[in-house]
Amino acid sequence: MTGKLVDIRNLSVRFKGKRTVHAINDVSLSMEQGETLALLGESGSGKSVTLKTLLGLLPPKRSEIDGSIHVNGVDVLSLRGKALAKYRGGEVSMVFQEPALALDPVFTVGHQIAESVRRHKGVSRDEAMSVALDMLDRVRIPSANRRLHNYPHELSGGMRQRVMIALALACRPRLLLADEPTTALDATVQIQILLLLRELQKEFGMGVIFVTHDIGVAVEISERVAVMYAGQIFEEGTTREIIREGRHPYTQGLLAANLHDVEQGQRLNAIPGAPPALESKPDGCSFAPRCPKALPECTAGLPPMLMPAPRRRVACIRAGEPVVAE
Amino acid sequence: MLSYLIRRLILVLPVAFGVSVICFMLVQIAPGDPLTAIMPIDATAEEQAAMRAAYGLDKPLAVQYAIWIGNLAQGDMGKSIATGRPVAAEVFGAVNNSLLLAASAAVIAFPIGVFLGFLAGYFRDTWIDRAVTAASITGVSLPNYWLGIVLVIIFSVNLGWLPSMGAGPGGSQAWVWNWEHMRHLILPAVTLSVVPIGIVARTVRALAGDILTQDFVQALYAKGMTRMDVLWHVARNAAATALSVMGLQLGYLLGGSILIETVFNWPGSGFLLSNAIFQRDLPLLQGTILVLALLFVAMNLIVDVAQAAIDPRIQRT
Repeated sequence: MTGKLVDIRNLSVRFKGKRTVHAINDVSLSMEQGETLALLGESGSGKSVTLKTLLGLLPPKRSEIDGSIHVNGVDVLSLRGKALAKYRGGEVSMVFQEPALALDPVFTVGHQIAESVRRHKGVSRDEAMSVALDMLDRVRIPSANRRLHNYPHELSGGMRQRVMIALALACRPRLLLADEPTTALDATVQIQILLLLRELQKEFGMGVIFVTHDIGVAVEISERVAVMYAGQIFEEGTTREIIREGRHPYTQGLLAANLHDVEQGQRLNAIPGAPPALESKPDGCSFAPRCPKALPECTAGLPPMLMPAPRRRVACIRAGEPVVAE
Repeated sequence: MLSYLIRRLILVLPVAFGVSVICFMLVQIAPGDPLTAIMPIDATAEEQAAMRAAYGLDKPLAVQYAIWIGNLAQGDMGKSIATGRPVAAEVFGAVNNSLLLAASAAVIAFPIGVFLGFLAGYFRDTWIDRAVTAASITGVSLPNYWLGIVLVIIFSVNLGWLPSMGAGPGGSQAWVWNWEHMRHLILPAVTLSVVPIGIVARTVRALAGDILTQDFVQALYAKGMTRMDVLWHVARNAAATALSVMGLQLGYLLGGSILIETVFNWPGSGFLLSNAIFQRDLPLLQGTILVLALLFVAMNLIVDVAQAAIDPRIQRT
């Protein structure tokens, strides 16, 4: 199949309730087969909601979804019941941020992997268990044979995340959604998990959407980066393009806030202010109140989408201006 | 698992000892002299002393306790002061009847309570939840002896469907598995089941509601599990706590049915206990309380072990 792996068009998600939240506002995004994309943004920017929408996990009664999502040509938003269950975990699966909370505490990890395999492949209990064992080996869990019969609380944090990854990949999905999978882990373990994910991605050839707020992690794992803010995509490009010549002031702010090239004793370049509350649909640039380069026109209307190259875009009125060396 | 079982069994010993001491002391510190109940009012001091010696009440407390325990170990709980029959026979007959009543009430209450609780927890904040909550609060709040009397008025007096008193036809005390005897069980068992239905339903509702908001539920849906699969996971997570609540309830059912047994004239331990109290029947009172307390201890032991078998997180402590 040569079609696009993911094709999101004009996706908007609103949460109703005591107060309305415009969590996602007119997001379009596409991915080729086997591509690795990092969704970069701070908390509340709509990264996780985007992933949950992709899996149809949002509570149907409280959320209003507009636009369309196709994964491998399948219209995800129209899936219901059995078809949806088959799609989840089979076609697309997810690694969660907190493996300690995302695994059921009263079942062995082997059982939890096997359960998913049996559901999707319809194999016997023993066969499913041997798939689970194989998966634990593939995520480099030592003495997998013993670990298979452990409960989640008997494993370390890094080990649990490996189990989570094994679980997600057991049915060979075409697309893996990783929701900040390294945030809850120690720094040394983070690197191991990142390297493991990169290896497995090459081995299985699946597409990966990697949600993170850490630009360093995004560089490590992904070929492409999409920067999200206030439920919109502000900038998209290859990782190299974003790092070398991020054009959006927000992207530049994120890059400048990075800890790496900062000398000791120097002030960190934080972006002032906080993200907007999203109670109403944005009618100007959402970043304007915090933007160092804001013009009066910025709040007057939505910023134009500038596309300087194929699959490269920036949503900023001033993105066309030459980048001034600092 | 085996080491946990052994540790848990060893823990029972001091508890059982404490229970026996308290049972023994309870009667010693209760006001009134048991002998006055059976002695003629005009008995002389010598006659009283002789009677006291005959029951061993003149010896020091520690010696009385040692003798009491020694006899207990041989299955001898003394003789009832009121009837002169062996306490052991009276107590076990009554406890048997109470067990039957408690078990029947539990068989009615636990499935209904669990089902209602699950329903309310799953459909939290809907009218189903509110209806179950209202019903369970009503059930817990109704005085069950009053409910028993109302049921008797409806089903025995007005409709004449079920008998209102006793454990069998013609006041028979021995249980037989036939319809004639079972008819007698229905009203008291139903009455007794109302409170545990409410308590179990509320517990399970809270558990299910809480578990359903945990991250792993979403993770289960994310890996393609169906609603039934998820409910099974929720049930397994709730089982350990729900079980302990049900175990406790069964314990209360065993000993706490004095009012119900009195209303329905059911020849159980509660009935026996209230008779023993009013007749100041010291050995009978001691024996009944001891057996009930030990049953409660055994109940807790069984619940603890079952919990450890179900929930892997418990064994470690």
